[in-house]
Amino acid sequence: MASATATAALAPGQASRAQEVGYVEAPIRAFAVITAFWGVVGFLVGVVIALQLAYPLLNLDLEWTTFGRLRPLHTSAVIFAFGGNALLGTSLYVVQRTCRARLFGGDDAAWFLFWGYQFFIVMAALGYVLGITQGKEYAEPEWYVDLWLTFVWVVYLVVFGGTIVKREEPHIYVANWFYLAFIITIAMLHIGNNLHVPVSLGSSASYSVPAGVQSAMIQWWYGHNAVGFFLTAGFLGMMYYFIPKQAERPVYSYRLSIVHFWTLIFLYIWAGPHHLHYTALPDWAQVLGMVFSVVLWMPSWGGMINGLMTLSGAWDKLRTNPALRFSVTAVGFYGMSTFEGPVMSIRAVNGLSHYTDWTIGHVHSGAMGWVGFITFGALYYLFPVLWRKKGVWSEKLIAWHFWLATLGIVFYITAMWVSGIMQGLMWRAYDELGFLQYAFVETVEAMHPYYVIRALGGVLYLTGALIMCFNLWKTVTDSEAAEPAPAASPAIAAAAE
Amino acid sequence: MPTKIEKDSITGTDTTGHEWDGLKELNTPLPKWWLWTFYATIVWGIAFVIIYPSFPYWRGTSGWIAREAIVAEMAEVRAQQEPMLARLREATPAAIAADPELRAFAVAGGRVAFANNCAGCHGAGGQGAQGGYPALVDDDWIWGGSLEAIQHTIRHGIRSNESDEQRQSMMPRFGADGLLTPAQINDVTEHVLSLTNRATDAAAAGRGAEIFAEQCASCHGERGEGNREFGGPRLNDQVWLYGSSRDQIAAFIRNPRMGVMPSWQGRLDPAVINMLTVYVHALGGGE
Repeated sequence: MASATATAALAPGQASRAQEVGYVEAPIRAFAVITAFWGVVGFLVGVVIALQLAYPLLNLDLEWTTFGRLRPLHTSAVIFAFGGNALLGTSLYVVQRTCRARLFGGDDAAWFLFWGYQFFIVMAALGYVLGITQGKEYAEPEWYVDLWLTFVWVVYLVVFGGTIVKREEPHIYVANWFYLAFIITIAMLHIGNNLHVPVSLGSSASYSVPAGVQSAMIQWWYGHNAVGFFLTAGFLGMMYYFIPKQAERPVYSYRLSIVHFWTLIFLYIWAGPHHLHYTALPDWAQVLGMVFSVVLWMPSWGGMINGLMTLSGAWDKLRTNPALRFSVTAVGFYGMSTFEGPVMSIRAVNGLSHYTDWTIGHVHSGAMGWVGFITFGALYYLFPVLWRKKGVWSEKLIAWHFWLATLGIVFYITAMWVSGIMQGLMWRAYDELGFLQYAFVETVEAMHPYYVIRALGGVLYLTGALIMCFNLWKTVTDSEAAEPAPAASPAIAAAAE
Repeated sequence: MPTKIEKDSITGTDTTGHEWDGLKELNTPLPKWWLWTFYATIVWGIAFVIIYPSFPYWRGTSGWIAREAIVAEMAEVRAQQEPMLARLREATPAAIAADPELRAFAVAGGRVAFANNCAGCHGAGGQGAQGGYPALVDDDWIWGGSLEAIQHTIRHGIRSNESDEQRQSMMPRFGADGLLTPAQINDVTEHVLSLTNRATDAAAAGRGAEIFAEQCASCHGERGEGNREFGGPRLNDQVWLYGSSRDQIAAFIRNPRMGVMPSWQGRLDPAVINMLTVYVHALGGGE
């Protein structure tokens, strides 16, 4: 029976299989640890800049600590450092197990990926603080950092693809489709949007090859698909492994996974122009971007359905397994933000929402709710498995983390909804004589209380993450060791019954 | 691993027969509501693409053009305001202030124009800011607070280098250029403090009075009462642009700082300049 053969998170069978195939694990342990570390760094910088928006004094009047320099530090820390390490680590973990094959390139390649990627992050972060930037959102690192990342990424593709090629399983598991789509498309986007010519070999500055509206279009083709392929496809890969694992249930629908995978991949890549509504971008490109964004709604929800419905017959586990609660709530936030996204891409809605805090709230319901929670769920699963422990040190602390973080997100996104919609309405308000009702500065003043609430939400989220770090640390040092592996894995034993 | 299709006891659905690391998949058909909603968005998308411009050289059957739509909308608002704006362009600020209907319109429009163009330096309510941003709500005017004087300042700016009729004044750098010795600067600082009864060294203030009469009075007035013709700020009151302490005054005499206000003529509609004039005049200090 399906549910009986799915191994529990801490089933000793996994350890035995790991010994059998000789999975690469040490670098993945490093990825798991660094994911938690960069998460805290990213959330902390987020709290700092949220407070800077509420209290500009906190810019400290130093060029290195102004909002303009810390903002990319925050976005890159959470997307590329926290999210990126989570994706690299889990993908290398998942691909080995679902292919029943040792990682292509072995420990050396995985360690290179680990250190190479951390070097990229540190180089990028140093650049931001020192004011070295291309000025392209989510693609701020300058040419020398871009080149290094390109090299690391190609190695990643070879390691991941090589493992799939030498797999022992006849079929490629759905999680690996998504991981592979993420790796390939990010390579394409990264190269496409970073076509820059250095001023000179000794200079950190560079010129963009495309200019004007072409450059803007390429930037948002990149930017939107960073969301689509980094933050969506990659994390869907994570979802397709860790939710069925934790729920101990089969994936709800294989057919749905095929259809929503290909439609998602095909449609996402066209949706970028909705970031440039009411700009110099030609009308036809804006309309096309909007149409693809709306049609993207159901393909996105296909992933949500498959994530949630996999729990049918196992909903009671949400009461007993707080880590699973993270993964499932993540899918809920995923569904919410992938509905909100198409709505916001509609030109008339965008006319109200664009350039307001509504966008910031939308991004954060996806980033904190979906990306953050699915990663926390995966970390709570991975730590006991990778360190051969019976379980996470304290389930109670996981529950604390869950409620603090959820409350933090609710504070954050409701504050931004109110603030953003208010801001948009104030900008367009006319009085009876035909004059704008409010000046820009009056809208800023009106947003102040919501900025404070948003910062408070961030503090709660950060506090939850710190609790997680403590809990994971105790798991490694103090948790009871898992029992040694029996001769036959329970999967085989169950199959024989 | 061989394909082994099983029936899931909870849902009654078959699996696909594959297994990866203990993970299996059910072969559940696509949810109907999902599929039909997806089809509906595709049908809508195709219709939308036909109606609106959506490919190069395809302008859509509706003839809609974003730029024309916004131009039409703006023109509608302008047309609504135009009769009043035309009257505001022609009228003098004094005539506007005297006509209740024009005045109400000018104050409403001036408020928005002020907030968007002037508040950055002069403060949201015209309260000014330390560091050379004059308050507009009081009766302490450097270049005059009559409607005409305010209008002239807005039109041509101060040290803007953008208009031949700009307000222009320049205080010499008495310390930096060696025009006065440090001792003399100390004396004249004492004298300036004595204008508001804050001097602590009567002898120095007395010596300073002579220097003041020679070097400063031509712009700032004999008793520091200021001179609007030359834009010499008043020194015998409590309003200070760059700080009132002894150190700040001495530093200013050594190396003065002078703010710049842009010329708004050519940047703003003459009707808007008139509205701003009436609005600023009505802030509280108008003469």
